[in-house]
Amino acid sequence: MADAVTPRGPKPRPRFSRTNIMLYGTLIVVAAYYALPLYVMIVTSLKGMPEIRIGNIFAPPVEVTYQPWVKAWAEACTGINCEGLSRGFWNSVQILIPSVILSIAIASVNGYALANWKFKGSEVFFTILIVGAFIPYQVMIYPIVIILREMGLYGNIWGLVLVHTVFGMPILTLLFRNYFTSVPEELFKAARVDGAGFWGIYFRIMLPMSLPIFVVAIILQVTGIWNDFLFGVIYTKPADYPMTVQLNNIVNSVQGVKEYNVNMAATLLTGLVPLIIYFASGKLFVRGIAAGAVKG
Amino acid sequence: MTSVLVKDLTLKFGALTVLDNLNIDIPEGEFLVLLGASGCGKSTLLNCIAGLLDVTDGEIHINDRNVTWEEPSGRGIGMVFQSYALYPQMTVEGNLSFGLKNARMPKDEIQKRVARAAEILQIEPLLQRKPAALSGGQRQRVAIGRALVRDVDVFLFDEPLSNLDAKLRADLRVEIKRLHHSLKNTMIYVTHDQVEAMTLADRIAIMKGGIIQQLDTPTEIYNRPRNKYVAGFIGSPEINFFEGTIEGDAFVTGGARLSLDGYAFKVTATSGPAWLGIRPEHIVSGEAAASLPVTAEVTVDLVEPMGSDTLAWASLAGVPLRIRMDGQAAVASGDRIRIGFDPARASLFDKQTEERL
Repeated sequence: MADAVTPRGPKPRPRFSRTNIMLYGTLIVVAAYYALPLYVMIVTSLKGMPEIRIGNIFAPPVEVTYQPWVKAWAEACTGINCEGLSRGFWNSVQILIPSVILSIAIASVNGYALANWKFKGSEVFFTILIVGAFIPYQVMIYPIVIILREMGLYGNIWGLVLVHTVFGMPILTLLFRNYFTSVPEELFKAARVDGAGFWGIYFRIMLPMSLPIFVVAIILQVTGIWNDFLFGVIYTKPADYPMTVQLNNIVNSVQGVKEYNVNMAATLLTGLVPLIIYFASGKLFVRGIAAGAVKG
Repeated sequence: MTSVLVKDLTLKFGALTVLDNLNIDIPEGEFLVLLGASGCGKSTLLNCIAGLLDVTDGEIHINDRNVTWEEPSGRGIGMVFQSYALYPQMTVEGNLSFGLKNARMPKDEIQKRVARAAEILQIEPLLQRKPAALSGGQRQRVAIGRALVRDVDVFLFDEPLSNLDAKLRADLRVEIKRLHHSLKNTMIYVTHDQVEAMTLADRIAIMKGGIIQQLDTPTEIYNRPRNKYVAGFIGSPEINFFEGTIEGDAFVTGGARLSLDGYAFKVTATSGPAWLGIRPEHIVSGEAAASLPVTAEVTVDLVEPMGSDTLAWASLAGVPLRIRMDGQAAVASGDRIRIGFDPARASLFDKQTEERL
């Protein structure tokens, strides 16, 4: 009876309650499930081939070597070409940057026009665009080959940029349109009374308010385009192959010894860009910029 | 001189007619309030005058210039919105000068105007803040300032006080009235709050279903509502209505015969089925009631004390009756009280057309 405590203030919560054990237990198991392959890849990429042949894939490297990373980046051969992944990396960068900028620039103006400047048939136009999001890419591969050939862009990096821009359009336009629709209409009206036109409102009112959605769009496009394999292998020629295609060619080469450490390092290198994007923009992703625009 | 002229204005959204052949003539310097329940078309009318909506038919003239096809910025109007609509990424100063920059005004002129508006509205210390760091009242002041700097002839207010709490609303209401007194601009003000309408307006336009029901001074609308809808809409607590017939110089309802001695008919005295409306505050109780042309004895069944006055509920001729009494009146439910009113203060409406008789 001496322990009788009068309830007062915050309710005490035991650290090792059943709920907490369940909650954290589940989280740890799931996290381990996803992190384990990554661990194996990193560990393997730091081992030499003799050590890998022993077969303890979970064991940390006895002798840490960075040679597989160097080889994957600069020396691995695909066919007769022995420049490693570096060439694919620069190809990917060259494809990625114009594709991301172009698709986001066009889609954001599209979304803005559809959300704020309703014109005759704007709903029909929007519906057609959305239907585009549901058509499987594979259906359009051959027609696009013909279109690109007629335009003289087949096998050219700019052809691939065009394809990425067009295929990003439905989902990005939807994204931007929905975001701009949620911006209070009165803000738009006030800007019109203040004498701002189509581009004035877009650049000076809408754009500065929409940083979060631009970050979302950039994440979507960078990961999507970087990870693309299908379009890259079809619409470019070997000299312009993006990193994913080159990775495949290195990993899947059938001749010679399978260099697991080099393959792991190459895969990690290829996955690095999306990973960095996620880590760098996570905070912006969550932040609300428009707070206080309207009553609050 | 006419400041704003709305001529045969019609607006349709597809099959829905929102504004139907509307005409208003607003003289320079007038404070006009558009009043009505939500969905009556009052904000739509304001948006048409501002140029934010394309009209289906009709013309809009501002300062004797046909602006029907003009952009909002070319109409010489400033507008204040209910949600303030301040640009969140700009400072107060940026918000005030945005319109002027768009008009490519010289920098020193912009600065002069912003300083003047800030002084009038007493927001000078806030100029470098962002809207998120302002209170509701301050935000609304900045929104008014944005209209002020543009040095326009006509101010449009779209329910500017509806997002504020009651006390702030009363304060800003007085401030808007002061502003109108000192600036003498034409102002058009949309609200659903009849207190705002009564206190601010030179004239009130009461709207319903896209049609102006009555356009008159506040006193005229309060005392001589043109139809039953206006009578019921203006006044709180609501006016009491009795259904009955006019027979000679009396109004007969539910067996009671109420004298109409002193009622000023619009044209001539008529007879036939009609509504009689009498405001709760025009019903007198106690000793004073005895001398009035219409008297009755009723039982109070509910009392709502409101401090400044007390609302008593009773029933007369089978219809619930609201009586507004002094706040100090000693009345409790169950009491029998003597009431009376002067027919000159009542309103009669035709049964069919609901127009004033």
